[in-house]
Amino acid sequence: MAFEPKIIGFLCNWCSYTGADLAGVSRIKSAPNVRVIRTMCSGRVDPAFILKAFQLGADGVIVMGCHLGDCHYQEGNYKTIRRIPFLKRLVEGFGIDPRRLRLEWVSASEGDRFAEVVNEMTEEVRKLGPLTLSVREEMQREAAHAQPA
Amino acid sequence: MAKPKLALYWAASCGGCEIAVLDIQEKILDVASAFDIVFWPVALDFKYADIRAMADKSIDLCLFNGSIRNSENAEIARLMRAKSKTMVAFGSCALEGGIPGLANLTTKEEIWSTVYKDSPSTIVQNGGKFPQVQTAMPEGEIDIPEMWGTVKSLDQVVDVEYYVPGCPPQPEQIWAVIEHIVSGKPLPPKGAVLGAGEKTCCDECARERKEKKLKKFYRPYEIQTDPQECLLDQGIVCMGPATRSGCGALCTKANVPCRGCYGPPPNVLDQGAKMLSALSSVIDAQEPEEIERILDGIADPMGTFYRFSLAHSILRRVEK
Repeated sequence: MAFEPKIIGFLCNWCSYTGADLAGVSRIKSAPNVRVIRTMCSGRVDPAFILKAFQLGADGVIVMGCHLGDCHYQEGNYKTIRRIPFLKRLVEGFGIDPRRLRLEWVSASEGDRFAEVVNEMTEEVRKLGPLTLSVREEMQREAAHAQPA
Repeated sequence: MAKPKLALYWAASCGGCEIAVLDIQEKILDVASAFDIVFWPVALDFKYADIRAMADKSIDLCLFNGSIRNSENAEIARLMRAKSKTMVAFGSCALEGGIPGLANLTTKEEIWSTVYKDSPSTIVQNGGKFPQVQTAMPEGEIDIPEMWGTVKSLDQVVDVEYYVPGCPPQPEQIWAVIEHIVSGKPLPPKGAVLGAGEKTCCDECARERKEKKLKKFYRPYEIQTDPQECLLDQGIVCMGPATRSGCGALCTKANVPCRGCYGPPPNVLDQGAKMLSALSSVIDAQEPEEIERILDGIADPMGTFYRFSLAHSILRRVEK
């Protein structure tokens, strides 16, 4: 079977999630590979959420938020614009290609842009191939040996 | 009434935790009078066979320090687990891999190449042969424990009741834990972190904090820091905001940034990710180029943010 990338998308409630909704109601076709998780703000996305997504099997993670200046909470996305490039460095430090983590701004009116970034990200991760992490195998081994409570 | 039985063990560790136990000073006599010490390789002459001969669950308390990085560490961890009613991961290494856990930044082959071949002080002998688990000698075959490629924390190998953080745990905290157990007071629920606080190291730090706005990070040798002011405010990467309280902010008292040895604060899964998050919030820049330039000032984020917790972090090791 051909490799289908599993991508987790953290979408801010006010802009990008609404943008994704617009893409849906406008019947714009886009890759079905992004599993969307709605957060109140892109600034709410704790770096640990992203590492956890990779740990649990994601091949890529995309964070989407309001354009700079449009944040519902004034400056949440200014935290994000510093956090994600920083996290890319850390992710690379862990030996994961930083292209597997992406930050995009998508407003509530940009249904077409949502579809575009989803397609782009899906194609990029498809080219990179499946992500293999030893922590996944290790956790499976530990679960198999777990003592019954 | 027979005294409760106490065992102490060191796996992959430096021995500092053992010294910390002795640092409770004359109270060590109270420990000796309250407990029957049945195993403590660093101080008393017991053998593995003595422990193997004991009935399961016959040791009341086992303070286990050190991470698990070879087959002997794991074997004794399983043995102590079987023989002990209460297993305590004692110190940063047992809790979260500690300094030995930094080996997860690289591979066993790279470590061995450095140690047995490439380091400038090494004279390569026997063609730079690496240690073998089994070696044939004239007297017969001998074996040594097998070193693992990935360092693990104690709870990744066996079930653990309690955790005592610190590199090493502070003597007064150790005494508080022992005293609590001796007193017979009800024990906290399984999985609790003992001998530490519920807040961050910053909460115990006496330095004056202002609103943080950072344009540049410095390494400690690059600037003369003000002894009263928050080190992070001055651009020094101090792990305080992402580290559990309990040590009394010893390092910052000595003008040294917190290294993060008490591990992540309550409800934090990944100390490095939390530190990254905290620093991202205080960087005073909005342009991508400027942000990247400021981030360039943080030397070795992996080794700094995960100095003690790499083996117990979400991703546990670097993929090579």
